[in-house]
Amino acid sequence: MTTHSSFLPSYDFAGFEQYIKLMHNDRWLVASTNLGIFGGLFILICLAIGIVLAIFLDQRIRQEGFIRTVYLYPMALSMIVTGVVWKWLLNPSLGLEKLMHDWGWTSFSFDWLVNSQMVVYTLVIAAVWQASGFVMALFLAGLRGIDPAIISAARVDGAGLPTIYLRIVLPALRPVYFSAVMVLAHIAIKSFDLVTAMTAGGPGYASDLPALFMYSTTFTRGQMGLGAASAMLMLGAVLALLVPYLYSELREKRHA
Amino acid sequence: MHDTNTRPFSISRVAIYATLIVAMLVYLIPVVVMLLNSFKTTGDIRAGNLLALPTTWTLEGWSKAWSSACTGVQCEGVHGFFWNSFRMTVPAVLISTILGSFNGYVLSKWSFRGSNLFFSLLLFGCFIPFQVIILPMAFTLGKLGLANTLTGLVLVHVIYGVAFTTLFFRNYYVSVPDALIKAARLDGAGFFTIFFRILIPLSTPIFMVCLIWQFTQIWNDFLFGVVFASGHGQPITVAINNLVNTSTGVKEYNVDMAAAMIAALPTLLVYIVAGKYFIRGLTAGSVKG
Repeated sequence: MTTHSSFLPSYDFAGFEQYIKLMHNDRWLVASTNLGIFGGLFILICLAIGIVLAIFLDQRIRQEGFIRTVYLYPMALSMIVTGVVWKWLLNPSLGLEKLMHDWGWTSFSFDWLVNSQMVVYTLVIAAVWQASGFVMALFLAGLRGIDPAIISAARVDGAGLPTIYLRIVLPALRPVYFSAVMVLAHIAIKSFDLVTAMTAGGPGYASDLPALFMYSTTFTRGQMGLGAASAMLMLGAVLALLVPYLYSELREKRHA
Repeated sequence: MHDTNTRPFSISRVAIYATLIVAMLVYLIPVVVMLLNSFKTTGDIRAGNLLALPTTWTLEGWSKAWSSACTGVQCEGVHGFFWNSFRMTVPAVLISTILGSFNGYVLSKWSFRGSNLFFSLLLFGCFIPFQVIILPMAFTLGKLGLANTLTGLVLVHVIYGVAFTTLFFRNYYVSVPDALIKAARLDGAGFFTIFFRILIPLSTPIFMVCLIWQFTQIWNDFLFGVVFASGHGQPITVAINNLVNTSTGVKEYNVDMAAAMIAALPTLLVYIVAGKYFIRGLTAGSVKG
């Protein structure tokens, strides 16, 4: 469907016109590139932090329950609240930079939030803060599900603890990586609240993401056709992840 | 699995504890900063640094955020939006949970031709990016005469919540032995009797998971709120975003922080009181397809 920047839809069939327009839209290209950077880093860092914390927490830690609770509470906060807090913490004149200056480190500079080259990484910081505890919980549950007999056997064979984790435990957690990547990718593709609250896509549209692009094209600028086309591409991205995932899940069940 | 190394003061133990404690601080600091600064005066915030304790503790930020801060054009604080969120969340959570338990019962114990297909399609509702359904949903709500109403917002949350609640209940009821149902049927129990007399009494844990999951999801939602509500009908997440990003006059960061705390308190409270179920919901709901 096409629109002429009005809120009244016209239902003439336009073929792939909107998709072609989208591919030539600079803002969309920035938004999708950003999603690649944001999503990729977000998933990798969350996995790294989640796995390390889960393994460490699994070493008969005192107060484990309490520590786990602390790691997971950001997940109870909305992305809006997360965005508001991090916007404040990373604001050069109020947050971290000012703190360092007050403590005497006057050459410290952290202006990523207002730097169009770096702003997308601030989104990664906030999102990792919110979701990495959740990845920790997934992996901890996975670790608890591993048969201790396998570990004892490896020990008898003379394997050290790092070897046991690298060669036996982490490979055994394959289904957990799958689920974690699924959930995180899904969070990344939908990310709308976080970027709205933290940067509103700015400076300019340097930190735009597809979800925000879809919203502002459709509702702020009234280009419904373009917005709908971008939404369908987001759906395509989710399906590209979901279909192989569900396929492997179902296959595993059949073989079980 | 557990490390069998029980020497209490090895270097690796110290390193592990140190890492865990640093991580704890990283997770805690943002909310501690938010809380501390919500009790400061604006002058205090500008003068001191963000980790300093308030020189004078004041509730000014909180009272202004609650009753007189500007959220866009109106300056009545966030209290109205806070209650909007409650009026939206409570019915949406209850309706979607009840429907989910019923769906889960049918899908697990009364499978019919195509019920697996039906379930797969429903799962689709858990994974679909909501941006995709915004436009069709806006047209639908308009046709139903529910555009920009609280009822419309509740309806949208129920529709997309049912996908998750059905998943929760179905996976839970699958583990209830079929023999139990068969025995009840031999004793003459019907469809509803089995549901209310056998399954519901077994369902307290899954009801908790479901209620908490749905409460957090719906309370924290922003997208549906910003699209399907307007003006006085908006939920608190939308109001907070308007408040923080309103650029008129001098920025009062204590008010921003207090408002963000107000928006975060209900879900934080639920998490603190019933975190066990919250975690179970997170892992169960988002993992098992």
